[in-house]
Amino acid sequence: MYRVVVVGAGITGLSIARWLTRYKGIEIIVIDKEPDVGWGVTKANTSIIHPCHEENPDKHPLRSKLCLEGHNLWYKWVKELEIPAKWPGEIIVATIDEELKGLHKYIDYAYRIGVPGVRLIDREEILRLEPWVNPDAIGGLYAPTAGTINPMMAAIAIAENIVDNGGKLLLGTKVEDIVIRDGKVVAIETSKGRIEADIVVNAAGLYADRISRMAGIDDYSIHPRRGQYLLFSDRVDVKPSKILHTAPTPKTKGVYAITTVDGNLLIGPTAEDLPEEAREENTTTHQGLDFTYKMASRILRELPPRSKIIKTFAGLRPEPSTGTFIIRFHEKPWGFVEAAGIRSPGLTAAPAIGKHVSKLIIERLENIEPRKDWRSKRQAIPRPAYMTPRERDKLIRENPDYGWIICVCRKVSLGEIMEAVKRMKKIGVPEITLDGIKFRTHSMYGDCQGSQCRPHIAYLLWKRLGLQPWRITIKGDGSKYAFTEVKALLRGDRDA
Amino acid sequence: MPDRITKKDYDIVVIGGGPAGLAAALKAREKGLETLVVESRDRLGGIPLQCIHPGFGIHYFKEDMTGPEFVYRFIDKLLSTDIDYTVKSYVNIAKYVSPMEKKLEIITPYGTEIVRTKTIIYAAGARERTRYEIGITGPNPAGIMTAGEAQTLMDMYGVMPGKRILIVGSGDVGLIMARRFVLEGAEVVGVVEILPYPSGLIRNVQQCLKDYGIPLLLSHMVISVKKRNGRVSSAVVVKVGENFKPIQGTETEIECDTIVIAAGLKPRTKLLESLGAQIDPRTKGPVVNEYFETTIPGVFVAGNALIINDYVDYAVEQGELAALAATKYVDEKGIRIKKPVKIILGRNMRLIVPQILTLTSDALFYGRVARPEDNVWLSFKEIGFKIPQLKVLPSIMIRQKIRLDKLKSIGTNALTVEVMPRD
Repeated sequence: MYRVVVVGAGITGLSIARWLTRYKGIEIIVIDKEPDVGWGVTKANTSIIHPCHEENPDKHPLRSKLCLEGHNLWYKWVKELEIPAKWPGEIIVATIDEELKGLHKYIDYAYRIGVPGVRLIDREEILRLEPWVNPDAIGGLYAPTAGTINPMMAAIAIAENIVDNGGKLLLGTKVEDIVIRDGKVVAIETSKGRIEADIVVNAAGLYADRISRMAGIDDYSIHPRRGQYLLFSDRVDVKPSKILHTAPTPKTKGVYAITTVDGNLLIGPTAEDLPEEAREENTTTHQGLDFTYKMASRILRELPPRSKIIKTFAGLRPEPSTGTFIIRFHEKPWGFVEAAGIRSPGLTAAPAIGKHVSKLIIERLENIEPRKDWRSKRQAIPRPAYMTPRERDKLIRENPDYGWIICVCRKVSLGEIMEAVKRMKKIGVPEITLDGIKFRTHSMYGDCQGSQCRPHIAYLLWKRLGLQPWRITIKGDGSKYAFTEVKALLRGDRDA
Repeated sequence: MPDRITKKDYDIVVIGGGPAGLAAALKAREKGLETLVVESRDRLGGIPLQCIHPGFGIHYFKEDMTGPEFVYRFIDKLLSTDIDYTVKSYVNIAKYVSPMEKKLEIITPYGTEIVRTKTIIYAAGARERTRYEIGITGPNPAGIMTAGEAQTLMDMYGVMPGKRILIVGSGDVGLIMARRFVLEGAEVVGVVEILPYPSGLIRNVQQCLKDYGIPLLLSHMVISVKKRNGRVSSAVVVKVGENFKPIQGTETEIECDTIVIAAGLKPRTKLLESLGAQIDPRTKGPVVNEYFETTIPGVFVAGNALIINDYVDYAVEQGELAALAATKYVDEKGIRIKKPVKIILGRNMRLIVPQILTLTSDALFYGRVARPEDNVWLSFKEIGFKIPQLKVLPSIMIRQKIRLDKLKSIGTNALTVEVMPRD
């Protein structure tokens, strides 16, 4: 029996849950169909903390408000939770007059929303602020507060903090139905059985409309909008210090070029509207990648050659039919809450959506008091390669695994990998996945994409924890890393 | 032979304990240098440890051995000397202090070691190109890995990566892995090669593919993959025409549960780049002189970190030459460069090392041509030196030694290496 069940362990659902853990007597559980946190929309996006001057306050008053509030909360959250982040500012680069004219409205939006420091800049200033900008630029808009975080590290950090504060996660579990009695939600049916709760929060990202329908709400639908990205090696010369993007269109914020917190040049995304049923089509195409590369060349002085691409990927954003965030506490059925259609700037707004939704819930419950023992802090996994020798040696004395660098691209030690496994177990993952380790440690995340370290990591997990390489998966489901033992096929073993 | 770092100062630190590094360390010790080998894995040996097929040592030992047999000759010898070595150890930071001092921060399971050395031989090998680097799009399921990763799983750890395999790339690595999979009871549904001819040795095409009836698809490429239940279910293969452009309408799907990428190697240069060494866009390795010295004085390179070699024997040869050069460097407090000569890539030459000559020593060139050609001269233009070649192929490395007296006859500061028709 829980007070609140949150459906969806992405950045939105987790932010809501984190806020709710601040109160006494709110037993909370977060459910996700994936075997780990953040594997839906959170996993693949541009990773920007927007200044929010691109939100139209007339058309999207709530979204504009939550965007700015979320932006401001992230400063605190990245410190409390030790999430990798930086705040370099951003420039919208205009290359044609029409784009330049279109920028004026953002000054107005910024003023009305309260975004500080936004101003038009001329070509000379753009090139001074960011020498990597294409000299064909004719002008632009500068927003000094823009930042970027690692969204997966953020989701993981928040999940750990929730568990530290007594919240629960139930991963690898599908919601099958919502049980309503006397006009109130009372439980959800899941692939692992019934979970009773007073309040059900729908933060199910790409599947939010389907969850809403289980509660009898069908006034909106979600369709996936695909964004394809190219990620370059951390050793290319092209490293803009500012976040750059092309002028926004009604559909998107444009194509970005950013140096991520991990030091890689990232360009993208495309904005492709896919049919409603294509909710797992996070696949790349030659057309999409070519488009991204071409668009990025409009804003960058030069692009690294395509041979320096280390990864291409696609993410799906949940585009609501209403065009805006759907955040509401239903009276019918009572206790059903939605945080749906959280498209861009969803990552930026997440902490504020969490606060807003938690408030909607708290004000409807009686006798709720804040906890005095709430823990705001969470510590990141130590990274010995980036410490001083003195700090590192202290760590290695306690645990020599921190002195063996397994992933040479990203300088990740065995100690970090084992710590990641420990933390995955602590938040209750149903299985240890190689992607789970990747997102927590950034091993298998560099130039070679794991081709050098992955077999050794799999072997060490086997020897240390008994996880056989033909049982461990890369990303849950049927994604087994290997098939069987060598010789099993020759022996004709039944399960080989 | 302490398996630890026992000193604060070395004449030479060899980074990488594979064939090139081991050969370099043995030669350096033979010449009296205080030597340390740093290996990041848990044992010495490098890639040959997982190469259980024969073909090793034909040039060097005049014997045909497997990878482990070959590399253990070096390991056993090293263990009988007083060469320091350290495994599970990683050079985190390298700093050039002065011509005779480089400072290394090495992370080991017994703590951080700060070591000073006069010279470095970088022999950290290469890494493989991945599906992303060869433009394979689609979803990102399990079942796609490089040939080296598959080989590590099978032949170091006894793990079978798949049952129905498609191999991308017909270089020797791809061919050898095709046979390896068949020998373990898997089905290899094909080897896909973008070039109109196989990239590996003729011998391997016969012994690894034809003998087992494995189809070879020339002038084809994999453009994307499909998945089912989180795993690869098929590869979308297309025929390519001029300039490797896919021909519309030739797409076919090949069902498989595993795609093995054997699409070539790239020298590992991360540490060299951090030192500021110049990188050659052709070899993807560092620019070196005939001592295999990079553009950073006293920092040498050997093996696949220098240039992707056909034979392990060449990696060993480069290791030994680099060690001799490092000895000279230590003895003479540097390598004096008079008037450097630049090597220019001429007709049908794709890449070459060294890229610079100091004209103080014989030079051993390793290079590759851009396209196959019959009955040609390999010509070193400005010194009027040419060698007849019956056949040149991009897959066969050219190895040519030229003596100092010959090199010295050059009147200019550039030497063009070219392949010229013989008639």
